[in-house]
Amino acid sequence: MARHKIHVTVNGAAAEAEVESRLLLVHFLRENLRLTGTHIGCDTTHCGACTVLLDGVPVKSCTVLAVQADGRQVMTVEGLEKDGKLHPIQEGFFQEHGLQCGYCTPGMMMTSSALLASNPDPTEADIRRAISGNLCRCTGYVNIVKSVQHAAAAARTAK
Amino acid sequence: MIPASFDYHSPATLAEAIELLGRYRDDAKVLSGGQSLLPLLKLRLGSAGHLVDIGKIPDLEYVREDGGYLKIGGRTRETALEHSDLIRKKYPILADTAAVIADPLVRNLATVGGNLAHGDPANDHPATMMALAARVVATGPKGARTIPIDQFFTGLFSTALAPDEILTEIQVPVPPPKSGGAYVKLERKVGDFATAAAAAQVTLSAGGEIQRAGIALTNAGPTPIRAAAAEKFLQGKKGDAAAIAEASRLAGEAADPSPDRRGSVEYKKNMARVLTARALAKAIARAQGA
Repeated sequence: MARHKIHVTVNGAAAEAEVESRLLLVHFLRENLRLTGTHIGCDTTHCGACTVLLDGVPVKSCTVLAVQADGRQVMTVEGLEKDGKLHPIQEGFFQEHGLQCGYCTPGMMMTSSALLASNPDPTEADIRRAISGNLCRCTGYVNIVKSVQHAAAAARTAK
Repeated sequence: MIPASFDYHSPATLAEAIELLGRYRDDAKVLSGGQSLLPLLKLRLGSAGHLVDIGKIPDLEYVREDGGYLKIGGRTRETALEHSDLIRKKYPILADTAAVIADPLVRNLATVGGNLAHGDPANDHPATMMALAARVVATGPKGARTIPIDQFFTGLFSTALAPDEILTEIQVPVPPPKSGGAYVKLERKVGDFATAAAAAQVTLSAGGEIQRAGIALTNAGPTPIRAAAAEKFLQGKKGDAAAIAEASRLAGEAADPSPDRRGSVEYKKNMARVLTARALAKAIARAQGA
């Protein structure tokens, strides 16, 4: 079936590929680009493990076609760290023990980093609402909320 | 999971999209937000030889009042509706609805037009648009036509749209003063379809009686269901507890749900009643404050 040439900017770097129409964005990231930080969880648009930022907006990459990302910016968990320095959200999850098995963590961090970009001082309710499309089966969410709060506080102090 | 093969088209204009739909007819599907269509293709519950992505067509995402109607572009994202000041202030029933559709990540892509055009009675906008007496604009090769919402849902997953028509706009009559609405949904968890949900929109007279009530139910039958007997009962009544109790009883009677893991028929009908009562109470309180 039809193939399409796509140009996607992933974590700031240009990526080019010829892909099948039906290739999902998550497979493009993991298999074509070998960026395996983005996880496949439920594969049915529920769990949010595959969350990436598409033009800065968190979306479930198992429910986006790779061709739909043509000409757009994608950011994955690999794009959070800059020059060997953890992103405040990564530091927050590290400091507050925001993960156990870690499977949901990349998606959680992408969603919460987008939250902090638009709302630097979220309430606990804001945080819980923002991550309501990301499922975690280990932590009971308590430490995830603390991790996001830690990142928010750190970002505010840094300013 | 990987969908069966299809061809993908990304037209730059509406005319081009309609031409493609006309060429491939029943073998084509419109790709809007993709949050229902792509899961369906992945699970292989449906298939299409051609996806026509309307994502690059200009001027399909807007929320504005114009000529006595609230006009919502067909590709408007749920998140835009949820966060619109105009919607929150003047159309709280739509803000209620957008906030309980799937989850925030899905709402970043999911579109209002798609929520209607998918024809799924478990979707949330159909009931609210019925309560609001909305109409949709379908654009095809001969131009645009408007379809009253009551004639739009023709069966399970089917609508009045022709294969070469695109739902380009939703038009909601601007509510008169002393109007209010609410949408109340019971779901097992965020992202679930409704066990039951009720939409209510009321307009009060100067004396405080209910002049018009629009009431509709989500996931209560093969199509969204208008609780016509309840609407009629409320006309001219004071919106007090007794009237709400009787109207919600009538709405529960109108529900025709199927049993599934979310509950039995009896339970779902009762939930339709309870949620209608809550939606009405909230709608009336909002109308009184308007």
